[in-house]
Amino acid sequence: MKLVKHLAAVAGAVLLAANVAAAEPVKVGIIAPFSGPFSNFGEAWKAAIEAYQKIHGKSAGGQEIELIFRDLTGPNPSEAKALAQELVIKDKVQYLGGVVFTPNAFAIAPVVEEAKIPTVIFNAATSSVLEKSKYLVRTSYTLPQITVPIARFALEQEVKSVVTMVTDYGPGVDAETAFVKTFEAGGGKIVEKVRVPLKTTDFAPFLQRVKGLAPQAVFIFFPGGPPSYAVIKAYKDNDLKGAGIRLFGTSEADEKDLPAIGDAALRLESGMFYSGSHESAANKAFVDALKAVAPTAVANATALEGYDGIAAIYRMVEATKGQRDPEAAMAAMRGYAWESPRGPVRIDPESRHIIQNVYIRKVEKDASGKLIQKEFKTYEQQPDYGRADAK
Amino acid sequence: MTLFASIMIDGIAYAMILFMITVGLSIALGLMHVVNMAHGAFAMLGGFAAVTLMHRAGWCFEFAVPAAVLFTALASLPIERYLISRVYRRPELDQALLTIGVAFVAIALVNLWLGASFSAIELPPWLSGPIDLGFRSFPRHRLAVILLGFLVSAALWVFIERSRFGIRLRAAVDNAGIAQAVGINTTLLYSSAFAIGAGLAALGGIAGAELLPMEANYPVKYLVLFLAVVAVGGQGTLFGTFLAAILLGVVDTAAKYLLPDIASISFYLTMLVVLAVRPQGLFGRKEAA
Repeated sequence: MKLVKHLAAVAGAVLLAANVAAAEPVKVGIIAPFSGPFSNFGEAWKAAIEAYQKIHGKSAGGQEIELIFRDLTGPNPSEAKALAQELVIKDKVQYLGGVVFTPNAFAIAPVVEEAKIPTVIFNAATSSVLEKSKYLVRTSYTLPQITVPIARFALEQEVKSVVTMVTDYGPGVDAETAFVKTFEAGGGKIVEKVRVPLKTTDFAPFLQRVKGLAPQAVFIFFPGGPPSYAVIKAYKDNDLKGAGIRLFGTSEADEKDLPAIGDAALRLESGMFYSGSHESAANKAFVDALKAVAPTAVANATALEGYDGIAAIYRMVEATKGQRDPEAAMAAMRGYAWESPRGPVRIDPESRHIIQNVYIRKVEKDASGKLIQKEFKTYEQQPDYGRADAK
Repeated sequence: MTLFASIMIDGIAYAMILFMITVGLSIALGLMHVVNMAHGAFAMLGGFAAVTLMHRAGWCFEFAVPAAVLFTALASLPIERYLISRVYRRPELDQALLTIGVAFVAIALVNLWLGASFSAIELPPWLSGPIDLGFRSFPRHRLAVILLGFLVSAALWVFIERSRFGIRLRAAVDNAGIAQAVGINTTLLYSSAFAIGAGLAALGGIAGAELLPMEANYPVKYLVLFLAVVAVGGQGTLFGTFLAAILLGVVDTAAKYLLPDIASISFYLTMLVVLAVRPQGLFGRKEAA
C-alpha cells in the first residue's frame, strides 16, 4: 500500500513536471538601446510593449510569452551579432525583435538565417535589410516609402522648384534620392541638392543659401532631436517663410520633440506613417493604454514601432500555437493584414515589408493649446519605393 | 557685400558662443594646468538649470538665466575642491581620466533625470524671430549673442587686467610657486577662477542653446569643438581664446556659405594649419608643455 502511495506521488510529480514543460513560455528577445544617447528608442518600445500586453494579455495561442530585453546602445555590428547569438543559443529564444540601426540589422541577419529565428525589425529602415534573411519581417518604414508621397504632394500643390537639404549620411542620401527621383519625374525642378555635414550645429548659413536660391519650397531630412530642432528653428529665424519658401519634411518634429521646437514647427508640412493624433479607435486604445502603463511616454512613431513590432510577434506565436515552427510563423506574416493604430497595414508577401498609409500632416495647436501633428491628406497603401522593382 | 556681412554676423555669433563656453577651459588649463574634459558639463548644467527654472518653477527668462549661471558657478566649487584639485599636480592622463569620468557621470545623471530627449530654452519674444537690418533679416537672437559676447569679453578683460584678483591670477599663471610664496592664496584663487569659468560656460551654454541644444550627451558631443578653440588660441590666454573662437567661427560659417561640401572639414583644417605653424597656439607661450 505504501509502495502504491509512493508510486502515485512519483507519477503525480512527473505529470506536474510535464505540465510545467508544456507551459514553458515562448521566449522572445528584444534588442534595443536601453541606455545611452538612443535610449529613447528602448524606453518607448518597452512602454509600448507593456501597453500592448495591457490590451492583449501576456499570452498568445494559449502560450505565455516571456520577453528578454538586451541593451545595445548604438550602431555596433559585432556587439549586435554577439547579443543575437547569446539570445539564440543560451536563452533559446524562439523570436527576436527590436533593432534600431541598419548596421546592427545586417549583423544579426546571418545569425537568424542560420538558426531560423523569425525576427521582427522594429526600426532599421534601409530597404536592403530584408534581403539578408528570409526570416526577417519589418513593421516600421523605409525612407523612400515616406518621402515619395511628400514629393507627390509637393507636385500636386503646384510647387515647381525645390531645394533639397539633407544630412550627409545614408538615410539622408536615401531621402534625397527618393525625393529628387519622384519630383523630377513629375516635372518639377530641383534647384540644388544641399548636403549638410552630420556634425553641423549652426544651420543658418545653409538656410541663407537656400533663401538666396529662392525656390518655392525646401525639402529637408534630418535625424530627430537636436538637428531637426535646429533646422526648423533656423527656417523660422532666417525668415524663409517670409520669402515664400515652403518647408517639406518627413519625420522631423516628432511628437516627443514638438514641445521643445515650439511654434517654429507650425510651418512644417510633412509625410509620415503615424501621428499621435490619428483619429481611430485602434489609436485611441493604444494612446490610452500607453498613458496608463507609462504616464510620461509620448505616443509617437517610435512608440508605435514597439507596439506594432510586438503585435507581429504575437501573431506568429498565435499562428504556431507556441511551437517552434519558423516556416509556419513566417507564412503567417506574409500577406497578414491588420488594423494598426497608424491605420490599415499589411505585410507584403514578397519583400516582408509593411505596406501602409502615408499621411501628409501640418503642425497645429489642439483645443488645449498643445502642438500636434494634424493629418489632412492620405496616400493609401504605400509600398517600399526603395526596392528596385517598386513602381 | 551682403554675403560678407552675412558671413561675419553668423560667424561672429557662433564665435561668441564658442568663446564664452571655452574661456573657462582655457583659464583652467593655463592656471591649474588641468585638462578639464568635464568643462562642457557646466554649460549643460547651466542650460538645464535654466530650463528647469523656467518650465518647472515658472520663472521668466530674464531671472532664470542669471540664477542658472550663479547656480552653476556655485555648484562647480565642491567639484573643483573635492575632485579636480586632487589631480592638479598629477600626470595629464590622470587628469583626463578623472575629468572625463565626471563628464560621464553628468551625462548619466541627466539621462536619469530627464531622459535621452533634448530641451530647448525658450526665448522671450524680444529675443526671438527675425529682425530686418535693411540688406537682410537676421535672427534677433544672433545679434543679442554677439552683443553679449563682446560685453563679456570686455568685462573679463578689464577684470583680469585691472582688478587685484586679475593681477593675482596672472601672477599665478606665470609662476604659481612664487605667487604662493609672496602670500597669494592660490587655493582660493583656483576655486574662484574655476567657478568663474563654470559660470561663463553656463552663460555660453544658455546663449548657444539654439545652436547647441541641451541634451544629456552635450559634454562629450561638443568636447572636440571646445578643445579645438583652446588648442588654436593657446592655453591660458584670454585674447588667444577670443581670436581663436573668431577665426574658427568665421571660417566655419564662410565654408558653409561658400563651399558647403567641405564645410565639415574646414574647421579642423584651420586648426591643423594653425597648429602646424604654431604648435603652442596663436598666443600660447613656447615653454608651455
